[in-house]
Formats: sequence, C-alpha cells, structure tokens
Amino acid sequence: MHVAVYLPLLLSLLAAPGARILAERCEPRLATWLLTVSAVVLAAASTASLALLAVTGLIRIPPLAAIGHWSLQVVQRDDPAELSVAVVAGVLLAAAAFAAARMMGRRVRSLARAALDAACVPAPDGLMILDDPAPDAFALPGLPGRVVVSTGMLRVLDDGEQRILLAHERAHLDNHHYLFVALAQFGAAANPLLRPLAHAATYTVERWADERAAAITTGDRDRVARTVGKAALAVRRTPGRSPVLGMIGMIGRRSPLSGAGPVPRRVAALLAPPTGRRIAPALITAAVLLAAVVSTGHAALDLHFLLELAGA
Amino acid sequence: MVANSHEPGRRRANGEREAEILAVLQEAGTPLTPGEVVEHLGDDLTYSTVVTILSRLHTKQLLTRTPRGRAYAYSPVADEPGLAARRMRGVLDERPDREAVLTRFVDGLSSADEELLRHLLGPEQDLDR
Repeated sequence: MHVAVYLPLLLSLLAAPGARILAERCEPRLATWLLTVSAVVLAAASTASLALLAVTGLIRIPPLAAIGHWSLQVVQRDDPAELSVAVVAGVLLAAAAFAAARMMGRRVRSLARAALDAACVPAPDGLMILDDPAPDAFALPGLPGRVVVSTGMLRVLDDGEQRILLAHERAHLDNHHYLFVALAQFGAAANPLLRPLAHAATYTVERWADERAAAITTGDRDRVARTVGKAALAVRRTPGRSPVLGMIGMIGRRSPLSGAGPVPRRVAALLAPPTGRRIAPALITAAVLLAAVVSTGHAALDLHFLLELAGA
Repeated sequence: MVANSHEPGRRRANGEREAEILAVLQEAGTPLTPGEVVEHLGDDLTYSTVVTILSRLHTKQLLTRTPRGRAYAYSPVADEPGLAARRMRGVLDERPDREAVLTRFVDGLSSADEELLRHLLGPEQDLDR
C-alpha cells in the first residue's frame, strides 16, 4: 500500500511524453487504440487509488470504525497514509467522479442529439450536401451516421479529391471514431493528467481516417495530403469562421511541426513514408498499464489485510 | 436568449423542444399561432415557453411569421431538405461539445500553420485555384 497506491498517479505523468510518441511514431489505428485504452485504464487505476486512500481516512472516523468493528488503534498504527493525504484523496475522488460523470452525461446527450439530427437529414446514401458557399465538411455520428459536405467545399475540390474527402469522413463513421474520442476524453475528465492522451486521440483518429482514405481511393498518399491542405486553405480564406485550434497543446519544440496545429502535422505525416508496424510502443504501453493495474490490485489487497487485522 | 439560458440542462432540453415544434409546423402544412402549436403538442409545454421557442426559431431564420389577430402565425421557412441544412449549421452550432462529436475534415489554420502548410506542399502547388 505504501508505494503501490501512488504508482498509478505517478504513471499518469507519463501521459504527456507517451501521447507524443504514440501520436507521431505509431501507426494511427494502433495509436488510437493504445491512447484510448491507456486513458481508460490509467483513469480507472488512479481513481481506484484515490478511493483506497480515501477509505483509509474513513475507517479512522470512530462511528464508521465501530460499524466495521475495526480497531482504531490498529488502523492508526498500521495505516501508511496520513489522515491529511486521505482527506485530499477523498476530495480529488469526488471531483474526479463529478467531472467524469458530467462529461459523459453531456457527451451521451450530444451523441443522441447528433443521431437525431442525422435521422432527420434526408440522405438515403448517407451523404448530405449543404447549400452553403462556406467550405465545410464533417461526419455526423448516428444510426446510421451522415457525411455532411457544403457546396462551397465541393467547389474547391476536383472529383478525385471529393472522393478522398468522402472516404475520410466515412472512415470516421465506419470505425466509430467518436467513441474512441469520447472514451479517451472520459478518462481525461476523471484524471486531468491524462489530457494529453485525449488530445492525441483526437489527432490520431484524423490520421487513421487520412490513411484509410488513401487506401480506399487511389493509394496515393501525396494526393490525400494535397486534398487536406487545399481544403484547409479554402476554409482559412473564408471569412467568418474562426479557426478552431484544438491541438495547440502538444508539448515540445524540437521541430517546426511540434508546435503546429493538426492540419500541417497530418499533411507532413502523409508526405512522409508510412509508419511501419512497430511493436515497441505497444509493448511499452502494455507494460505501463500492467504496472498500474497490478499496483492498484496490490494496494487494494493491502487495504483488505489492514481491515482484517483491525477487525480481528 | 431565454431567461433561464444560464441553466445548461434546461437549454439542452429546449434544443429538443425546438426540434419537436419544428416537426409540428412541418406536419401542419399551414402557419400556426403559438396557441395552435400548444394544442398540437398536447404536453406539458406552457404557452409562454412555446412563444419563446417560436421567436427564437424565428430569430435563427428557421421560421417566417405573419401577423394573425393579436399573435403571429409561424411556418417553416423552407422545404424539408433546406430546413435540415439550416438545422445542421444553426441548431447544432449551439452544442457545447459539438466539435468533439462532429469530426471535421479540416480544422482552422493559424497564420503559422498556413505558412507551414504552404511550405510542406511546395510553392508549385496550385492550391489557390
């Protein structure tokens, strides 16, 4: 319990460097899986750690100790955590539970609303064309989802580029990217240290869809890169749409790309040779997650023994 | 904005109400006054709530209105596909985490991003067609 209970919290500090490595050096589909699973597992382990620490505080409250027939003396002698630590853990636990529940509630409503809107859209083949001169294109999740493209966007792109755009958006829907993003953000809501994982997942789903678009259409990754660039510059030229810079938070200044937004990074990744299937990032991620789970289990077992000892 | 717009739960509920009221007006096929909308809805919505929602939809240019007696009669501004298109842009724009639900093809670019992008794609690219 002494060290093990804090380990998931310490391992969460690896999220920032880990997210950067996974997003940039790993094949995007694998990276998305690793980022999402990491966010969920580390959030669960760190929340469980907070809960264990909070319980060590609760059992020192005389009425509660009486209910469990625990000896206060034993608890105070053998309990590794200071009471103040337990109180802080309890407050953080409440905050984490509240933030995660609020985020998930909001997202479920948003997804339900998007599905409702998708169902209202008359688009038998899943494609809806907005009569709007401003270039815009997005996937609207639903049962089934819809790809929405404005006439302004179609005008900017030639036939091949339009196919790439549609393949990209359909890849988002077919592979349920909104679920990966929602789960990663759920983990990040419970444990803010994991936010870099969620940021990275929103980027790797775009990379995943870019690579799928290249594979489904001509296999020409340069062409996909130019399509993404062309569309982004067209959006930029349209007045009235403020840029959404979701990816500014990437840390590090090692290359000109490290502080850049998602579009230039996607284009650069498409122009570079494809990322091979590297096994090392997956193994390292698995090792970190295993360590978090084992240490949480270990801490839980310690607490169990402490309660047995105090109850004897 | 309505008086209780500071309450997020309430506002989300209103978004659903908007869709409901739009559907009523679509089905009716003729302009309806707030009172008639209340009758068609037949649930717990009060007259004043309906008036609020109707005037908000009017502000969003989803409805047109013509004076009838002491009230206005409202009708959808366009046919179903046109309305759906406006809903996509207008109503969805209100969602607090809309960007997280919709996966956009391209996000906006900062000036630095634009420069970097042009550099990456090379000067010979005909991007400004």
